[in-house]
Amino acid sequence: MGSNRRQFLKIAGVTTLLGLGGGITLSASAYQPEEEGTREKPTRRRAGRWGMVVDTRKFQTEEDFQRVIEACHRTNNVPEGEAKPIQEIKWIWKDHFEHVFPGKENPFLAERIEQNEFLLLCNHCKNPPCVRVCPTQATYKREDGIVQMDFHRCIGCRYCMAGCPYGSRSFNFCDPSPYVEDKNPDFPVRMRGVVEKCLFCYQRLEEGKQPACVEASNGGLIFGDLDDPDSHIRQVLRENYTIRRKVDLGTEPSVFYIV
Amino acid sequence: MYDAGKILTGLVIFLLLLSFPFWFSLGQASYETPELQLPADSQECIEDTEWMRKNHMELLDDWRDIVVREGESVYVTSEGDEFDMSLQKTCMDCHTSKEEFCDKCHNAASVDPYCWDCHVAPEEVANGQQ
Repeated sequence: MGSNRRQFLKIAGVTTLLGLGGGITLSASAYQPEEEGTREKPTRRRAGRWGMVVDTRKFQTEEDFQRVIEACHRTNNVPEGEAKPIQEIKWIWKDHFEHVFPGKENPFLAERIEQNEFLLLCNHCKNPPCVRVCPTQATYKREDGIVQMDFHRCIGCRYCMAGCPYGSRSFNFCDPSPYVEDKNPDFPVRMRGVVEKCLFCYQRLEEGKQPACVEASNGGLIFGDLDDPDSHIRQVLRENYTIRRKVDLGTEPSVFYIV
Repeated sequence: MYDAGKILTGLVIFLLLLSFPFWFSLGQASYETPELQLPADSQECIEDTEWMRKNHMELLDDWRDIVVREGESVYVTSEGDEFDMSLQKTCMDCHTSKEEFCDKCHNAASVDPYCWDCHVAPEEVANGQQ
């Protein structure tokens, strides 16, 4: 056979080109997403910056707290009753004044404040440290101010938990699914190795509803657009003295407390 | 050619080994697409069946990004109909059984998507399973 180096190289080159070309055209023609195939839901509620006011005067009894917490946990499939405290998943919970507002615990504090508990949730900061540290952008800031989580992207590195000064984030050390009773079929659960937190019920805002906790609060929680000077929440803020958690850190929380 | 006999024998053995999967499965039953339980009360999916069979995985992957990250939650089909982009609320509303629909093909093709690590499958009441 008259095969030589030159011919061999020619054949090899042509074959490689064919192979490459074929591969590229194949992968390009496989799936074409339809560009105009999606749109926003007409019922979607919009805001410049969603915020919340917690009227602590309306959270006096255990029942007041439980009603709100249960509404959240049922809606968002938050696990309850884990074996160890470290496995507790917090979306909305309660604690005493000195833990909620450290540095503000004066001696001789008013009895009502000293003895009562306060509702806690993610502050949806304007300047969220958890977003800054997330290496995969699984946590990010939405245009309407919600600090959103894309659970699909979370790799469970827990940087955000170290970054959040409010302890609003919890890590799933074990599969949370068995600890969720009566799962809400409209919302997912999370899996082991994923961080989770309150998302201001973004899925309910899509449907034009209030977050579940607000709906269950009997007016104890006021939810609205902080950027709109005519909104109900801004009116409440104008008429009442409010405080926020750890303001000196510069995170600009969007959750206000009437004490 | 030196050692032609040895080389050719070696080549034949090599080719036989290489083609093992082909001649080994000769005469055995070929792959059959599993029988899926189709929704009782609707005739067609959001796009035509062939397209869905080929592209549902990319479609769902697109949906999850668009819904969570871009804030759009309505899918407009090529026919112009509108559906919520939701695995749990839209897909499983018609395909009421994960085991009789999703799992059948996925098991046969030995693929293991992790959708159901988090998403809640409709309760398998009929089979007494969950």
